[in-house]
Amino acid sequence: MAEMEIKNVTMNFGPQHPSAHGVLRLVLEMDGEIIERADPHIGLLHRGTEKLIEYKTYLQAVPYFDRLDYVAPQNQEHAFALAVEKLLGIEAPPRAKMIRVLYAEIGRLLNHIFTVAAGAMDVGAMTPMLWGFEERERLMEFCERVSGARMHMAYFRPGGVAFDMPPGLTDDILAWVEHFPRFLEDMETLLTENRIFKQRTVDIGIISAEDALNWGWSGPNLRASGLAWDLRKAQPYDTYDVMDFDIPIGKHGDCYDRYLVRVAEMRQSLRIMRQAIEQMPDGPVKVDNHKIAPPKRAEMKRSMEALIEHFKLYTEGYKVPAGETYTAVEAPKGEFGVYLVSDGGNRPYRCKIRAPGFAHLQTLELLSRGHMLADVVANLGGLDIVFGEVDR
Amino acid sequence: MIPTAETTQALQDLGDHIAAVLSNHVLEVQVAHGELMITVARTSIVTVLRYLRDDVNLQFKQLMDVCGVDYPEREERFEVVYNLLSLTQNQRVRVKVRTGENVPVPSVTGLFASANWWEREAWDLMGIYFSDHPDLRRIMTDYGFEGHPLRKDFPLTGYVEVRYDDEQKRVVYEPVRLQQEFRNFDFLSPWEGAPFLLPGDEKADAKKGES
Repeated sequence: MAEMEIKNVTMNFGPQHPSAHGVLRLVLEMDGEIIERADPHIGLLHRGTEKLIEYKTYLQAVPYFDRLDYVAPQNQEHAFALAVEKLLGIEAPPRAKMIRVLYAEIGRLLNHIFTVAAGAMDVGAMTPMLWGFEERERLMEFCERVSGARMHMAYFRPGGVAFDMPPGLTDDILAWVEHFPRFLEDMETLLTENRIFKQRTVDIGIISAEDALNWGWSGPNLRASGLAWDLRKAQPYDTYDVMDFDIPIGKHGDCYDRYLVRVAEMRQSLRIMRQAIEQMPDGPVKVDNHKIAPPKRAEMKRSMEALIEHFKLYTEGYKVPAGETYTAVEAPKGEFGVYLVSDGGNRPYRCKIRAPGFAHLQTLELLSRGHMLADVVANLGGLDIVFGEVDR
Repeated sequence: MIPTAETTQALQDLGDHIAAVLSNHVLEVQVAHGELMITVARTSIVTVLRYLRDDVNLQFKQLMDVCGVDYPEREERFEVVYNLLSLTQNQRVRVKVRTGENVPVPSVTGLFASANWWEREAWDLMGIYFSDHPDLRRIMTDYGFEGHPLRKDFPLTGYVEVRYDDEQKRVVYEPVRLQQEFRNFDFLSPWEGAPFLLPGDEKADAKKGES
């Protein structure tokens, strides 16, 4: 038989592919089933968020942050609120801080339930997705009860949170916190020791701690490579400094460890939520400065001053002193940073958004080279990519 | 978190130390809002970042972000901002360089692999050119896009819009047609800062004179 010449195949993966987690176009150069080169083409969901924010007042910019990583919206708002507060030189009242911590952890759970379940579905397990979305729906109900919106809450605002929690909500959250470990156990029986799941994820996409640092990794992905780095512990913001929780880390830095770290983190989030509810102080939820936080509606009916301040706040907004800051929070996906430059006006001069997914996706070629085509999907699922934040 | 005097002093010391070691390269050291900011000469960015990364006492091993800021009124209109993080020191530092429209900035992809996409993004959105970059393609904008949208002189609405043309059976690009004129409200008012003058209050001046 004559020898055949074998040529590498260039293949398009996405942009419309259920495992591309949104709109990723991946140009793969393949030698048979083996990946030689992977070139992610991103930007298909680019909406120009940073440009739009430059044309909005600081308060109007908040909802844009929900729409970045739409799986865990409140954590993005958190970074922006902290950045603006830093430039304004104010601090949110204690109750607002505690509510933010509580809801940031709800956001983390929203994200991790989704990621773990979607990652499992990418490698063939359907049930965690179905079960997980039921739990996510319950969490979104808590979001709706506090802010009126299931997902895009616009709840964490510079100077506090938009509204106080309605009575009885903490009891319901606590009841959910009691119930949720059962879901986790059920899910773990399906996945953690599952032969097929382990075959698809163990030793897939290994990255060393050194490489992970070099590629700008953060969050659970970095921790899966064995570095105990968590901004909630290292550079605590709001009331994370009084919370008692552990940082789970992995050993091998493969997809399986990334999954395990996320599951362990969910348990830690439950601990934080329980503590936040137990230690929830009373008091106001916004700063007592009507030039930054709006006055109460009842007050506006009687006081001319309050009415004027309300009108000015929602038309002109507030002026932020000139300066710049890079403020980062531990979002569920990693370090979410906001580099905010103010020129002293009522709009941000520049608002650069540092999305963790952007840095993680960049590594896809390194992770996938030499693996099979199907492992690209496992890697993508393990990296936790959401295109809202990657493309901005 | 409002920074304490101690953390500010620690940052100032760190900044002074870096400025002393790299005295030929560092132009300015500034501490504000509990964050350290170092402005360096454009040509020495690689040297500075290499020192910050490799020095055993600093170990800024992670480049978290690279971005451009546009100041059209300046002679060198762009600032490139590098945000570094040291896990061992639990410290952040922000390094800045200034550059003009046609002046390349040395790429730091050789030091930090993560800089690759950040620099591509700065090139795409701001038009800052990085020399020695292995793969300086556009990243965020459409295939065949022209212009650099995050520049201050780029209009918010852009120049082209797309629609599906049923006759040609494909997506076509057309110049932007706005249904109404683009409105950019200027709400800035002297709400605060205007002196409150009571007409005919001559005693106010007299009081000032006494004290």
